[in-house]
Amino acid sequence: MARAVSSRRKALVTVIAWTIGLAIFFPILWTAILSFKSEGNAIASPLTVLTTPFTLESYETVQERSNYFGHFWNSVVISLGSTLLALVIAIPAAWAMAFVPGRRTKDLLMWMLSTKMMPAVGVLVPIYLIFRDLGLLDTRTGLVVVLMLMNLPIVVWMLYTYFREIPGEILEAARMDGATLKDELIHVLTPMAVPGIASTLLLNIILAWNEAFWTLNLTAAKAAPLTAFIASYSSPEGLFYAKLSAASTLAIAPILILGWFSQKQLVRGLTFGAVK
Amino acid sequence: MNTKIRALMGACALSALATAALAETTITVATVNNGDMVRMQGLMDDFYAKHPDIKVDWVTLEENVLRQKVTTDIATKGGQYDVMTIGTYEAPIWGKQGWLLPLEFDAAYDVDDLLPAIRGGLTVDGKLYAAPFYGESSMIMYRTDLMEAAGLTMPAEPTWDDVKAAAAAMTDRDNEIYGICLRGKAGWGENMAFLSAMANSYGAKWFDMEWNPQFDGAAWKETLTDYLDMMTNYGPPGASNNGFNENLALFQQGHCGMWIDATVAASFVTNPNDSTVADRVGFALAPNKAGIAKHGNWLWAWNLAIPAGTQKAEAAKTFVEWATSKDYTALVAEHEGWANVPPGTRTSLYENPEYQKVPFAAMTLNSINAADPTNPTVDPVPYVGVQFVAIPEFQGIGTAVGQQFSAALAGTTSADDALAAAQALTTREMKKAGYIK
Repeated sequence: MARAVSSRRKALVTVIAWTIGLAIFFPILWTAILSFKSEGNAIASPLTVLTTPFTLESYETVQERSNYFGHFWNSVVISLGSTLLALVIAIPAAWAMAFVPGRRTKDLLMWMLSTKMMPAVGVLVPIYLIFRDLGLLDTRTGLVVVLMLMNLPIVVWMLYTYFREIPGEILEAARMDGATLKDELIHVLTPMAVPGIASTLLLNIILAWNEAFWTLNLTAAKAAPLTAFIASYSSPEGLFYAKLSAASTLAIAPILILGWFSQKQLVRGLTFGAVK
Repeated sequence: MNTKIRALMGACALSALATAALAETTITVATVNNGDMVRMQGLMDDFYAKHPDIKVDWVTLEENVLRQKVTTDIATKGGQYDVMTIGTYEAPIWGKQGWLLPLEFDAAYDVDDLLPAIRGGLTVDGKLYAAPFYGESSMIMYRTDLMEAAGLTMPAEPTWDDVKAAAAAMTDRDNEIYGICLRGKAGWGENMAFLSAMANSYGAKWFDMEWNPQFDGAAWKETLTDYLDMMTNYGPPGASNNGFNENLALFQQGHCGMWIDATVAASFVTNPNDSTVADRVGFALAPNKAGIAKHGNWLWAWNLAIPAGTQKAEAAKTFVEWATSKDYTALVAEHEGWANVPPGTRTSLYENPEYQKVPFAAMTLNSINAADPTNPTVDPVPYVGVQFVAIPEFQGIGTAVGQQFSAALAGTTSADDALAAAQALTTREMKKAGYIK
């Protein structure tokens, strides 16, 4: 029987939820507001900022100075490419760990996750040298590979968690009906794990889109994504808040829209298996 | 084969040859996001008209991100960049390491026209390793109206006592006017740029001739104590978080009586579009302590250098020559006016009667000339650099010491404790690096 919730309690929960939501969203909102102000007004005290006129001059400058669509396209290719490649590798790996676990599967999973604990800068020079020798510096291919490797532990872990919720008997039945391993993976397991795969895909696209260490350090002019586009508008000497805000707003807008439309899948995927 | 076909084939062959002759060389230029560099990107048509065979790809980045990227690239000979924008700190270190190509220009470039103080900081063993694009020092910017209201006149070469007196007279906390705004944010290029230069004017130094740190001496104690007194009594609240941009915002909104910082700020605070006090700003040389010849002003330049790993050295040199030439200065003046010409690199610019009309031109030149990177302190020192020490270890040490001094400003530690910690950590690092046996 469902518990009766008093309307006062409901109102309280609503207010708390909205407050937390607004507090999390506020920096993005403030960035968007500053992007429509002149540089002089953007540095005024917060209350004064709201009363000053709105202008599109920062967007005009950013448009004039940078090749936004070039950076945007690089971001799309890098984030989608690295995520899809990670899925291709992670689905069979997670299948093996979930359905044919060995004695060391848990240790292997922990070890994979532990690689995420190493600060990225620790391997910058070796990776830079490898990229230099393979001619991968400032290429989208290089970034797809490195971001795939960075996100692979998370992808494997997420998929492993989802696959464990799927009864092994279903796969067994498919095998008895003569399905090969390939059929089992593509036609039986993957369709059943679609919500999990979708949320893994979305989360990893977001992670790859926002990645700002490798994308900044391994690119120059040709493969630089939106993170480099934002970094070009910050300056230790000079006024830049409005232009930086405009660049940031342009950079996060696509992923914000994607997140907005796919929030149902994201929440469903993230809470998958949490409630029995 | 008929004549028409022969003619057509001949034309094809010729056009193929012509295309090969006009083959483009694309160079990648890494640069900082400052007004002068952005302006140059808008004036590239002139370069392309003169050199149609060279194409330039720009990588513009925030200073610290750029420093990290170009350092990784040059140390690993990655070859991603053909021209790098580097500071006065990197130029001598990288030149000595053999990471940069020495620059030799023809007579038309007139290398002797470069300001001696700037050129000296970019030269190693008589070879120029970077061409200065833009140079700056630091100076006092002050509110003429507040000085007048206080009944004071700013001397052209004030002492720290004059500055303290003026700060006390102008401070009006009820109306959020603070007598003096100085850098407090921790970092070797933030508060330590200011404090190292200030220490020089108190007779202090980072190291003696045997590379022993000097924070335990009386001169550093006096420097830090005076800095903290001024900032505590006459500075804005939360000053330990203030860097260049925060102080710029405070000054432009009328909250600072004086601000001692980079000469480049002069064009910002006098710009009526952004500054509420644009018509009430005066300039003076950075202060010295009475009886000490060194002033508390620094010297910095952004320079174009060619990494030794580039495959396109000729095209890169052509670009550097164009970007740092006298002709480029004239080009900027023609399109953007003399006030927007990159300052602080050439003697001829300051001899130009048109440029002399710019209100901050003379003070910028005086400030640059008052700084000597090869002889920065009262006593002789083993290092080059006014507000930094040109050794690879300085970035780490300078930032760690800056954190101690910033903590003292925030009130979480005392001046004595901050100096003792600075002495201990610098000694430790210098021993580790092998400077002190």
